[in-house]
Amino acid sequence: MSILIDKSTKVIVQGITGSAGTFHAKACRDYGTRIVGGVTPGKGGTNVEGIPVFNTVQAAVRSTGADASLIFVPAPFAADAILEAADARIPLIVCITEGIPVLDMVKVKHCLSTDSLLIGPNGPGLITPGECKVGIMPGPIHKPGRVGIVSRSGTLTYEAVGQLTARGIGQSTVVGIGGDPVQGLSFIDVLALFEDDPGTDAVLMMGEIGGTAEEEAAAFYRKKMTKPLFAFVAGRTAPPGRRMGHAGAIIDGGQGTADDKRRALESAGAHLIDSPSKMGETVEQFLKQDKNNRNRSHA
Amino acid sequence: MKLHEYQAKQLLTQAGVPVLPGFLVDKKAPLPARLKKLGPAPWVLKAQVLTGGRGKAGGIKLVNTAPEAARELKSLLGKTLVTAQTGPAGLTVRKVYVEKAAKILREFYVGVTLNRKAAKPTLMVSAEGGVDIETLARVSPEKIRRVDIHPLRGLEPFQARELAFDLDIPSTHLNQTVKVLQAVVKLFLSMDASLVEVNPLGLVEWDGKPTLCALDAKIVMDDNALFRHTDWAEQADEADVTVQERDAKKAGISYIRLDGNIGCLVNGAGLAMATMDIIKLHGGEPANFLDVGGGANAQQVQEAFRILLADKNVRAVFVNIFGGIMKCDVIAQGILQAVQSFRHRIPPIIVRLAGNRVDEGQKLLKESGLDLMTADDLDEGARLAVQATRSSKP
Repeated sequence: MSILIDKSTKVIVQGITGSAGTFHAKACRDYGTRIVGGVTPGKGGTNVEGIPVFNTVQAAVRSTGADASLIFVPAPFAADAILEAADARIPLIVCITEGIPVLDMVKVKHCLSTDSLLIGPNGPGLITPGECKVGIMPGPIHKPGRVGIVSRSGTLTYEAVGQLTARGIGQSTVVGIGGDPVQGLSFIDVLALFEDDPGTDAVLMMGEIGGTAEEEAAAFYRKKMTKPLFAFVAGRTAPPGRRMGHAGAIIDGGQGTADDKRRALESAGAHLIDSPSKMGETVEQFLKQDKNNRNRSHA
Repeated sequence: MKLHEYQAKQLLTQAGVPVLPGFLVDKKAPLPARLKKLGPAPWVLKAQVLTGGRGKAGGIKLVNTAPEAARELKSLLGKTLVTAQTGPAGLTVRKVYVEKAAKILREFYVGVTLNRKAAKPTLMVSAEGGVDIETLARVSPEKIRRVDIHPLRGLEPFQARELAFDLDIPSTHLNQTVKVLQAVVKLFLSMDASLVEVNPLGLVEWDGKPTLCALDAKIVMDDNALFRHTDWAEQADEADVTVQERDAKKAGISYIRLDGNIGCLVNGAGLAMATMDIIKLHGGEPANFLDVGGGANAQQVQEAFRILLADKNVRAVFVNIFGGIMKCDVIAQGILQAVQSFRHRIPPIIVRLAGNRVDEGQKLLKESGLDLMTADDLDEGARLAVQATRSSKP
């Protein structure tokens, strides 16, 4: 089991004829994802590596029955691409593009109906190991399993996945919600999905400085979650007022510090991880202990 | 991208927000004729530097005569202003805005920024104008009124009226207030701003009558939207960023200099922050944040080395790459090329590679014969880097 995507998910790639689009359409297909089509305005009727290209998302959906879209359209046109996918009623839209103007995303958020879920932008996408990859993450580091991961970062997520897989701990679904200040699904949305997923036993979350998404996740965890939550928050050493690579990673007016977020998560009962090198180890120790406890209670 | 006060006032004027008459000076030119045009003294000379706290640092001067204005202008131009926000290096004053002074009856705060949680712009107003809004938000948050703005429709007149009544603005100025608040919001939306701040918005006496006008103004534009505002992008004043930060931006690298002595070269912003954090956990201090980007090539790695080694405090370099799209052997080649290209002595380098083609990458590093330390994981890398700073001389 998993959330959002599985082996039946049919994916189109918007911006498939660009270099990133072509590269990752192939990489996703090689992983086993059903890449059923691509969209590039003006290139309809051609194909990329045997994948049919359409002029519009509407046309692609009509011919392929796609239920997810992966977007590599350049930043100035990316908001329009998201809205086009939403207009074609694609239920899951995953936007990889970095550098979309904030006010474009504000408008997208405003216009997006509840028929479409958006993941990103400015993130690696998502993967259900062994079944379906809709993103740019390296497939082979993942392993099917029962730990859900949600993160604002790309490579830090790979780091966490690598540590888990090295310990033989697999993942149900790994979701990168992206590093922008305005984004599609938030931590809370993904935590809720993991809570309801019978295939997920525990959740590892990687937050970072800026905004209040981690504090909201902490409040949600306290009220609504029963599964264990492990959390690492990056940027304890980040100076205030500077954007740390991600557009959303900024301590603004004393708000959004890593320590505030850590306090909120800890007081909500989440298992706080201090060091980014201990993400796998912490989850492993908990799962072992949990297993022991269960065995004892059954004995 | 930050705009100067004089640029922000130009935009506010176009948007229909009144400002006091003024002009810009960037050299020691004769003033009397231009001062005369502004109307009788007093006048205010305001240093145009991209930082707050100018007044306290001596960047704003009230003058009563033309010779006094000339004297103050001479002392301001070329002066280095050190404010609470600039750091000890300060910023050099290259332009001065000269404005007619007016009698101020009341001061308000008006600002538009992004409400991340609501994913909407939000307008903030306060009857406590002229103060630092962040301090006010901390000390007396109840004195700030906020209203979220519809991203397509902008500020509705009724919303503006509600705020005006909250601010206790005299009803004679209700319509003007609505016009000003709507204009400020419209400017935020049309300029792709991340901040438009009029602080203070003054109720001043002008021609014997009270009127609202923007006394100081600050606009920060969203860098990601500058492609829509090329005319402004060309006028960018980057005096507030270092040469290295500018070079990094050109190469597609995010670089932020810090105070420590361990240079960091990482791919991905989250991992770059986590790398700084783990250095600290091992008792060291990061010299910088550096995200070389997701699809970096050998050339970018080389440029990243050049940028972070320009910081003379760096006594060790920790390279931490998790190869996703990037192949570790390509990165290793970049590291080797960079190290070989430096003629002068460079600090110890600790390399931690993981992910895509990691074995090939590590093999290249080991067989190079160069003096590099390799680490298998984050902990070992951080530990070696901290150790290296203790044994290496500056």
